[in-house]
Formats: sequence, C-alpha cells, structure tokens
Amino acid sequence: MFKILEKRVLNPDVKLMVVDAPVVARKAEPGQFIILRVREGGERIPLTIADYDREKGSVTVIFQEVGKTTKLLGSLNEGDYILDFVGPLGMPSHFENVKRAAVIGGGLGTAIAYPQAKKLHSMGVYVDAITGFRNKDLIILEEEMRKVSNRLFITTDDGSNGNKGFVTDVLKKLLDEGNEYDLVIAIGPLVMMKAVSNLTRPYGIKTIVSMNPVMVDGTGMCGGCRVTVGGKVKFACVDGPDFDGHQVDFDEAIRRQAMYRKEERQSLEAHVCKLEGTQNA
Amino acid sequence: MPNMSLNKVPMPEQEPDVRNRNFKEVALGYTEEMAVEEAKRCLNCKHKPCVSGCPVNVKIPEFISLIAEGRFEEAYLKIKETNNLPAICGRVCPQETQCEKFCVRGKKGEPVGIGRLERFAADWYMAHNDPETPDIPKNNKKVAVIGSGPAGLTCAADLAKLGYSVTIFEAFHTPGGVLMYGIPEFRLPKELVQREIDTVRKLGVEIKTNMVIGKSITIDELKEEGYEAIFVGTGAGLPNFMGIPGENLNGVYSANEFLTRINLMKAYLYPETDTPVKVGRNVAVIGGGNVAMDAARSAKRLGAENVYIVYRRSEAEMPARLEEIHHAKEEGIIFKLLTNPVRILGTEDGWVKGMECIEMELGEPDQSGRRRPIPKKGSEHVIDVETVIIAIGQSPNPLIKSTTPGLKTHEWGGIIVDEETGATSIPGVYAGGDAVTGAATVILAMGAGKKAAAAIDQYLKNKNA
Repeated sequence: MFKILEKRVLNPDVKLMVVDAPVVARKAEPGQFIILRVREGGERIPLTIADYDREKGSVTVIFQEVGKTTKLLGSLNEGDYILDFVGPLGMPSHFENVKRAAVIGGGLGTAIAYPQAKKLHSMGVYVDAITGFRNKDLIILEEEMRKVSNRLFITTDDGSNGNKGFVTDVLKKLLDEGNEYDLVIAIGPLVMMKAVSNLTRPYGIKTIVSMNPVMVDGTGMCGGCRVTVGGKVKFACVDGPDFDGHQVDFDEAIRRQAMYRKEERQSLEAHVCKLEGTQNA
Repeated sequence: MPNMSLNKVPMPEQEPDVRNRNFKEVALGYTEEMAVEEAKRCLNCKHKPCVSGCPVNVKIPEFISLIAEGRFEEAYLKIKETNNLPAICGRVCPQETQCEKFCVRGKKGEPVGIGRLERFAADWYMAHNDPETPDIPKNNKKVAVIGSGPAGLTCAADLAKLGYSVTIFEAFHTPGGVLMYGIPEFRLPKELVQREIDTVRKLGVEIKTNMVIGKSITIDELKEEGYEAIFVGTGAGLPNFMGIPGENLNGVYSANEFLTRINLMKAYLYPETDTPVKVGRNVAVIGGGNVAMDAARSAKRLGAENVYIVYRRSEAEMPARLEEIHHAKEEGIIFKLLTNPVRILGTEDGWVKGMECIEMELGEPDQSGRRRPIPKKGSEHVIDVETVIIAIGQSPNPLIKSTTPGLKTHEWGGIIVDEETGATSIPGVYAGGDAVTGAATVILAMGAGKKAAAAIDQYLKNKNA
C-alpha cells in the first residue's frame, strides 16, 4: 500500500499526487514511469514520473481524469492509499552534449516535460520551454516550468492567455528567428508530437518524444505497447518510452491508441452512473 | 488384491458444451471412493520406475498405498516431503511423459492415474485442514529469490524449511508467476494457487510484490543489503512475434498479453473488473503448444464463435499435451494444421479483418527431429478473423541480464548455469526454470528450484565454515 502524501488540483481535470514510494524514489530518473493499480480488480495504468524526492522517498505523478481509473485515482485524498505502485520502469532519458534545448509540453504532457527541463537546466543546458493548452484555465506548472527554463512560452489554442496558436507555431517562430537547438523534446498528444517531429525534420534537429501506449505489465512481458520505430518493432515499456521522433510511426501509434476506446467509454459511463447513483441515494 | 482394470477410473469433467462457456475448472477431481479404487491399480513395484520419471522425486508408490488404505492426510504429507506444490502438479504436470510414462501398468492398458491421485490428496487435505505454521529454527542467513513462479516458490520453500530467512521479490502485484498470469482458471483455479502460496508463506517466506529486479533494485544491491545468496527464477516473459506484416494491427495479441489480461487481470469478469480484452467473432491462435491451447480455449469461453488453431506442422508434432489437444477439440476449437500465416490483413482504420495463410507439407526431419514443414506453392488462402493471438513461444526476459554485470547468458537469452546446481557465472547467484531453459513446464521449473535450494544450502555452509 502506498500512501498519498499530498494532493493538488492543477486544473479542473488535472491532479498532482505525491506518493510515498521510497523504492521507486531511490532509483527514479526523468523519462521513467510507474505502473499503479488503485484498488483490487483495478487495471494497471502507466504514469510518467513527474518528480521525485530521494530523501523523502516520494514520487510525484500528474494525471488527467480521462477514464475510470484516473477518475478513481483522482477521488482519493491525502492520507489515502494506492494499492500497487511499481517502478521506476523504462529507460531514463539520455542527454549528452546538449547545449541548447527546446522542451515542449502539450497539455498534460507538460507534466512529463517538466522533469526533463529540470534535468537539462540543472546540467547547465540553455532551455527554451514551450507549453500549449486548449485555454488559459487549463494551464499547469507555469511557475515550475519558469524556474527550470531560460525562457517560457505559453500558448493556447483559443488565445485566451493572449497567445493564440499551437506549440509548433511557437517553435517555428523561434527557429525562423534564428534560434538554434541541438535537442528538441516534445511530450504530449500523439498528433502534437508528430507535428513537432515533422517540423524539426527538415532542420535536422534531434527530436525526442515520449510514447505512452497501452500496457499491462510494463516489464516487456505482454508486448501490448509495441511501437514501430525506424521500421523495427519496439516495446515502449523497456526500449522506451523515449524514442527518436523522426523514426516513430505515429500513424500506427494513433491507430493503436484507439484499441480500447469503446471499453474505456463503457467503463467510464458505468463508473459515472454508479457515482451519481450513490450521490442520489 | 490390486484392481486389475486396464483403464484409469474416469475423472468427472464438466460437459464440453457447458464448460466452453464458463471459466470454472474443467476436471472435477476424484471422490474418495474413486481415489481408493484407482489407488488399488498400483502394483507397488519394488524398483519404483515412476519415481525416476518425476523431476522432484515424489514418493509415488508410498503415497498411493496410503490413499488405497484411506489414509488421505498421510498420503498428502508423504507427497509434501518432496513436492511443495502438489495441488498444482496434480493438475498441470505432463504425467504422460514423466511418472506415468514409466508405470508398469501402462505396458498393457492405461498407467495408474498418478497425477489424478496427487491432485486428490492435495484437494482432500486443503478441504480438511488449514495450512500449518511449522516451527523451524532460523539460521539468520538471508537469501533472496527473484520471481514467485514455480521455480522461485519451490526454491524459497525448501530453503525456508532449512532455516534460511527467504524473501521473494515479485514484479507483479500478485505472486505466482505463470501460475497466475499464464495458466487459465479452468485448468488451474487461482484460489488454489493462492492456497499453495499461503502454505509457502507459512514457512516464514516473505513475499515482496511490486519489485522489478533490475529496475527497483539490482542483484548487486540485494547483495549489499545482506542477501548471501540469490536465486533467479524470472521465467520466460518475453513474447516472440512472427515478424510478418500486420502484426501491429489492432486485434493482434501476444498470447502473454491475452492470457495476462484474462488470468491475472481477470478480464473475463469485465466490466466487473476494469481490464478489458478484445475477442472477435472469429479468432486465430498461431502455435501448437499448451499456451496456444489455453489461449484458444479462453477465446471460446469469451464468446468467439470460431476459434482456429493455426499450426504449421501436423498434430503429431504439436508440443501441447494430448489431454489439452483433446479438451480443445471437445470444446469446438477448429484445428488448421499444416497451415502457416503469411500476413495479417487489416481494415483501413487499422483493425484485423483476416489472415493470409499458406498450406505446408512435411519434409525431412530438422534439427529438432521433427519433420520440417515446407510451403506448398499456390496454396495461399485467407481466413476471416478479427482477432489473432500469437503463441509461438516466449524467451527469457532480458531485464536481469541487462542490469547484472557478469551474468553470462546464451545468445537467445537463457541464463547459463551448471546443470546440477543451478550456479550461474556469479558466485552466490543461482538460476532455474524458464529463465534458464526457455519456456518449459511447471514441474521442470520446480525441479530446478529444488536443486538450486540444495546447492545454495551447501554453498552457504561451505562459505561460513
């Protein structure tokens, strides 16, 4: 059992939890993830490690309430326990000879881009951070991102924060202005990571994306997380989750993401009905 | 007088048309009367050929004599002297190639139903007793066991009985390894696996779940934490794919994923549980082993109308147990033999809609001694399926290898060990089971766990002498 030490609501759908998990905290590195199970009968879901504190033995996860499991998780409070919490899984992000980096977070992806920006920044790398959200109410980790970057650009789809556009618009502008990067990290929805990778390809800038496919065990056992990278099949759980964005077959990944869409909706609807049932009782 | 019937006392089973729609156990087990009657078929041979066929040397004629005398509890305890998991072995051991293969009664008629009797004794004991907490003096030496499948549980239990403080590290949230995630409920009820694990815990073995060795902690770090010896029983967890076009379409599963969703995550109870599994109206399972049979029979139970076993050789070469093939056929699984998949066909939005296959014929024997299948030109054809499950084998998981400097492995991933002791290239580190052999049987893994436990005991005695 893993105790929730702290819970914060970052926006109406996105929550942050600091979990007491010393074994995971001791080894965690940016880019790695955990798998958790909220309760008996629950599914195993992967969440990227957003932060960790080795001394306190705690691990931070940030998640969006999109399905039954994340809603259940979100309904827990400080002092409650998560049944299972295992990690750190996957390969840590690997940074070498980086001088100037653009770290891009799309929506919830900002939570995963944050530890990468933090790591790079602590290594003395010049970091331009770009984060994008649907509207200004959904902006998360603004202060945190600002602290670990040299410049932070926040953009919204509807322009409600005063900057209208996608993260790719910001990156394109920076590149057009002559900013040079030897690394771009893009983390967010598949379509966004695909767009960033397509943008950086002609510039020849190394672009790392973080894949978050369906998985069960997270240790290479099920193969459910197969992604095609450079024409070869990789398991995101053990070979990734970071991959070269210029090599990833995003169209396949987008199709594979839809595998359980019907079931996810069913589970969620049944869960919401039940909740409403209890509230009405 | 021995019972001279040529046939085993039949085992009651659920009717095929009933059981292929539920996940309850297929074979129902002997009653006391049936067990006594079957036990009386044993001739109690002096030279005990059956025992030589058992990887853990169960005292077979002795326990069967006790059953024949109605001394069921003593029969169970006799088995337990050498076998830590009798209820499991009685169900999933391939007795026909082990103990029963050497049974004298098998020369004319059927051999004694040793597996059925072992199962009976274990079930009888469990129904009549709670697991005991034996009083074992501790020697205060710590041993770590990695993986809680049949190899790890056996090794841990044997070492605990010798007084060692044993901790098992399990990557999943539930211990049991392949007994939990791989073998389906209808062949091996999970409640029973749980009971067997509880008896191992009662010996003082601690089981830590959610610990991925190589990630959460490494073997070197375990040594630093004071574990004087380590047994690696991490199984063959890496699924093999065929490398044919279309394998990443939606609706293609590795057997590992398909069975883990169903068995460990209990997707057959979805939406009562949260993990779903997709089964189309038509399902193809590629492969001819026990795992392929398990996947096919599970797909049928989840409502598939047509389930095909697609296997490139003929039935004679199938590695699955005869009993499993027989059960699968009874349940309506369709066997497409001498058939090999060429590619999986998909819809525009990426879902499986069919599988192109080619017919095969058998040529000269290959390295494995089995006749090599050769494609028949022009025999390509498409079978309509929405789900494809690939059950062509598993390889050892590379996590331990990649995080343990100095641990020698074969090119295909198996850990290299001394066959007699399970000793690896690192002093104090032992290994056994599928992590060493590649995918094999529960009982062979248990045998390896047993040998390694004895070797670890010897190693630590010498080391501290």
